[in-house]
Amino acid sequence: MACIEARGLRKEFGTTIALDGIEMRVEEGRILGMIGPNGAGKTTALNAILGLLPYQGDLHVLGRDPWTQRDQLMCDVSFIADVAVLPHWIKVWQVLDYVAAVHPRFNRVKAESFLAKTAIGYARRVRDLSKGMVAQLHLALVMAIDARLLVLDEPTLGLDILFRKQFYDSLLNDYYDRSRTIILTTHQVEEIEHVITDLMFIDKGRVVLSYSMEEIESRFLELMVHPDQLDAARAHEPIAERQVIGGSILMFDGVGRQRLATLGEARTPGIADLFVAVIANQDKQAQGAAR
Amino acid sequence: MSSQSNETPESTLQEQGIAAAAFPAARLLYWSVRRELWENRVIYLAPVAVACVFLFGFSISILHVLVEMRAAPWLDVMQQRELFGQPYEFAEDLIMGTLIVVGFFYSIDALYGERRDRSILFWKSLPVSDLITVLSKAAIPIVVLPLLAFAITVLTQWFMLMVSSAVLLGNGQNVAILWSRVGIFHRWPMLLFHFLCIHGLWQSPIYAWLLLISVWARRAPILWAALPPLTIGIVEKVAFNTAYFGSLIGNRFTGGSEGIAIMARGRAMDPMMLFAPLHFLINPGLWIGLAVTAAILSAAARLRRCRGPI
Repeated sequence: MACIEARGLRKEFGTTIALDGIEMRVEEGRILGMIGPNGAGKTTALNAILGLLPYQGDLHVLGRDPWTQRDQLMCDVSFIADVAVLPHWIKVWQVLDYVAAVHPRFNRVKAESFLAKTAIGYARRVRDLSKGMVAQLHLALVMAIDARLLVLDEPTLGLDILFRKQFYDSLLNDYYDRSRTIILTTHQVEEIEHVITDLMFIDKGRVVLSYSMEEIESRFLELMVHPDQLDAARAHEPIAERQVIGGSILMFDGVGRQRLATLGEARTPGIADLFVAVIANQDKQAQGAAR
Repeated sequence: MSSQSNETPESTLQEQGIAAAAFPAARLLYWSVRRELWENRVIYLAPVAVACVFLFGFSISILHVLVEMRAAPWLDVMQQRELFGQPYEFAEDLIMGTLIVVGFFYSIDALYGERRDRSILFWKSLPVSDLITVLSKAAIPIVVLPLLAFAITVLTQWFMLMVSSAVLLGNGQNVAILWSRVGIFHRWPMLLFHFLCIHGLWQSPIYAWLLLISVWARRAPILWAALPPLTIGIVEKVAFNTAYFGSLIGNRFTGGSEGIAIMARGRAMDPMMLFAPLHFLINPGLWIGLAVTAAILSAAARLRRCRGPI
């Protein structure tokens, strides 16, 4: 069974179209990275998946309709919608007590063992914790929930680099077990590069690219080209080109590795470069269509 | 059938495990009410603080009341009741007033504050429905505050009686008149009924309305709560020169004719003239009010579903 299945997902805020017919299918056990510029509709899509927003179209999460069955769905789904949404007045022991009391899949012992690795005292209020500690506390809560789907929307926003690294390490080592599904959004794309199994680009409310990381590796290729061979390489219709010291880097979509190997040094592009190339092409096409 | 259920395949077991049911609603409601008390300590601190301030003043007043009490045996029964009973009534009124003020400010902020500080996103990530959340917040002014106010009033009055008795005894006076005329013991059941039924059930539409505005308003919920009733009242006054709507609202605040009668009868402090709870319970005004409360609260729960941080 697919964990998430969306067909023709639409959402309008007044005259603004936030989601313009999203089609997506996420199988169980995948880690999906959802990347897009600001205002692309990532958060709107996630909010629809989490039952926080009404929407048009067809959407099923773990076989349920998130809008009408949010409370049941939340037994199997956990999410960090944003950093710092833990109520500032609550004490650490209170939030543990409350989640343990209302969540049938919360393992308090597990949460406490996560917290034992931090400097967070149980008698402290969230407002007295540092930003990193609040994120650690929230992560400890979420990781102690035996959920089938975990949604993380910018989970590391505003946190320092050490903490961000720890965050993804514990996510992969202590939480992910190949049967759970995780969806991540972030602007720090290079950090999730080696975490995700699937990649999705969203722009202007539409899915512009959606592949598994294996597919990305076999399809896309980046070539470091010496100026002498630039014209030969350009003949293979690169989707993007940028200048670096000592030459140009060209990106290709669906051109065989063997055909390009003679023209320069080939490698799989990073998500950030791929993102820039795909989004820039989208804009070009849109401008072309407008003309 | 039985053979099928005996051979439950592993996958079915897993699915059963996966479909782990949420906890019963009563448990979620109980813990959500506790959460409200953690967040809003003013719910119990305010009445306790008021009671302490009152007791402080009362302890000082005993010194000069002592002089008046010397004359007590020569007063008639009604005068004695007035002399001894007055501070006890004042304590009730004071705590009742605190209850109303706390209930009002709690309700108007209850579903607004969680959106303002974005914590609604955390609460919504837990398997607690919007209805249970709204009910837990409505339970504070309608059930918890009246019970709490009653308990604090009883403790305060008991403490007053003890202090007065100690002072009287210390001065070699008779406490029998004080104990027989103070008349608080038979008032306590009446008081509990009054707190629960008038301040809880009868006034519940007011709290429900405040909760609805607190989930709806994007800013200044107090203003939005006051505006529609004021507008209707003004239009009615200008258009028809009547004030039915105003008296309808006023009736909710004062407890209606039935409520006033109960209070007055209680005040008469005559055990024979005790209130008639049945009268109150068959009053259609009560049931209409409760129906309005139920309708407003379910609307608030539906509205919270589409509400996010502001």
